[in-house]
Amino acid sequence: MVMTRVAAVEAKPTEAGGKRKSPYPYWFLLPGGLVFAVFFLVPSLLAFWFSLTRWTLFDQEFIGLDNYAQFFREPALASGLWHTVVYAGVTSGLKVVLGMALAVLLTGPILGRAFLRSVAFFPVLVSTIGVGLTFQVLMHPTRGVINQALDLVGISGPAWLVDPQWALLSVALVDVWQGVGLATVICMAGILSIPGDYFEAARVDGAGAWQRFRTITLPLARPAIVSVIILSLIGGLRKFDLIWAMTKGGPGFTSDVMASVVYKQYQAGFYGLSTAGNVVLFLLVILIVLPLFRFFNRREDR
Amino acid sequence: MSTRTRPRYGLSALAIALFAVVFLVPFAFILLTAAKTQQDAALLRFSWPADWAFVQNLREVVEARDYLLIIAFINSTILTVASVAVVVVLAAMAAFVLQRRQGRWTSGLNLVILSGLVIPPAVVPTIWVLQKTGLFKTMPGLILVEIAYAMAFCVLLFQAFIAGIPRELDEAAVIDGAGPVGLFFRVVFPLLRPIIVTVVVVQSVFVWNDFAGPLYFLPGDQNATVQLTLFTFQGTYTNAYHLLFMDILLVTIPPLVMFVIFQRQIVSGMIAGSVKG
Repeated sequence: MVMTRVAAVEAKPTEAGGKRKSPYPYWFLLPGGLVFAVFFLVPSLLAFWFSLTRWTLFDQEFIGLDNYAQFFREPALASGLWHTVVYAGVTSGLKVVLGMALAVLLTGPILGRAFLRSVAFFPVLVSTIGVGLTFQVLMHPTRGVINQALDLVGISGPAWLVDPQWALLSVALVDVWQGVGLATVICMAGILSIPGDYFEAARVDGAGAWQRFRTITLPLARPAIVSVIILSLIGGLRKFDLIWAMTKGGPGFTSDVMASVVYKQYQAGFYGLSTAGNVVLFLLVILIVLPLFRFFNRREDR
Repeated sequence: MSTRTRPRYGLSALAIALFAVVFLVPFAFILLTAAKTQQDAALLRFSWPADWAFVQNLREVVEARDYLLIIAFINSTILTVASVAVVVVLAAMAAFVLQRRQGRWTSGLNLVILSGLVIPPAVVPTIWVLQKTGLFKTMPGLILVEIAYAMAFCVLLFQAFIAGIPRELDEAAVIDGAGPVGLFFRVVFPLLRPIIVTVVVVQSVFVWNDFAGPLYFLPGDQNATVQLTLFTFQGTYTNAYHLLFMDILLVTIPPLVMFVIFQRQIVSGMIAGSVKG
């Protein structure tokens, strides 16, 4: 049907000697497409080739899969892969759980809703580097505001960023602090799209708050929840700026993730190795996100 | 949802107190530390400044390293304005044709565009491309990269909005003798105003806050953008927490202003972008 309508418009003789012209010319795609192709698609494809070479600024030498072998042989590099998965899992999980909890709170009978939403959302817009450096100070092991406050209630806090056990988790918690506002507003949009009658009917039938949440809110706000999970997984897997601002991958390599490994190898002049890291990250994102995408979309169809 | 029930005062008070501590204390800390003297700030306490040194710190930050911060603000402004202005026009044009001509061809293209939201950019090959085109370490080069990275998000937002503009309007304009360029720029583009505001505001905040882009593609002190200046106060001025936090404060002001004015557009834009992706 769409085709016939376009054809009807196209059939009108135009000034160019009766030659048919669509009002939607393909060359409109050209300028944007060119920039996108040259500065995003082409580099992404070239990465596969560059990752197979030993490469300095001046010359290039094909070395097969050596970069990948080196990557997985050196624990300092390979551990970045695992850290990336942990980081993305922790941030994504916490964001969806807390975001949903806050969304239920903020769509419920509560005063100051607009204020609370604004306050939770604002960190999303603040410079990630600024947030990272601020929390680096707040998380100072002895003098930091967080541990001072924990001392007041009798808890002795961990050394956060300088403790190898805690460093990665500490950064992940700050990531959640910064990003939970976005998760909250997405979940709120999902909840608010559910007709209020459903809740009313369930209440009349004697369903409790928890039951209403589990049987109405959760299944019907599902698209929003899926968005939050996928969005924060992608963000978490690619995270660089926050980690770089807070720990630079340290102490040791305990909070190094793929993106920081890529940067470090680039800085050290190992361009081929850096690009191999980039390709590994690319494959990791695809391997994790694509099946999830498929899984959630199939379940939605039913 | 349950609007008919009475507000729960106890819960509200608890929520407000909790949100204030969790989300506002860090900002209060930034503000207070930016107003402290060097020794006072180095204690890292969450306290009222013993002596107010706000103006003095402001001057010191601005003057540091030959007015680097001023240069950085100018650079960041150029980068943000140029990349956002261009991406809005290019993305809207592409989205218009992609939305109006739906077929196997365009849905394939849409998949490629979607990949732009998921795939982590390959940095070193991008530098290689920039070198080959003579754009490495130049502002135009970084602007083009920012445009490329923003393209996917913007095209998807525009497509969703254009779907709501009836085709009959295009047809009427064509019958009145409008060519493709006239149809798009004089008829359709003005109708996109609400989504343009959203895209401009959201993208401006993204580009302003971008750190990795300038770090990789525009290195060098004279090219510093605001995000990079934050590290200069950490590195060369160790223990200069009063200056670091003054800098954080200054860098945070533009997004704060945007948020105060355009909160609705920012929130709706980010929700739309996330649900699309």
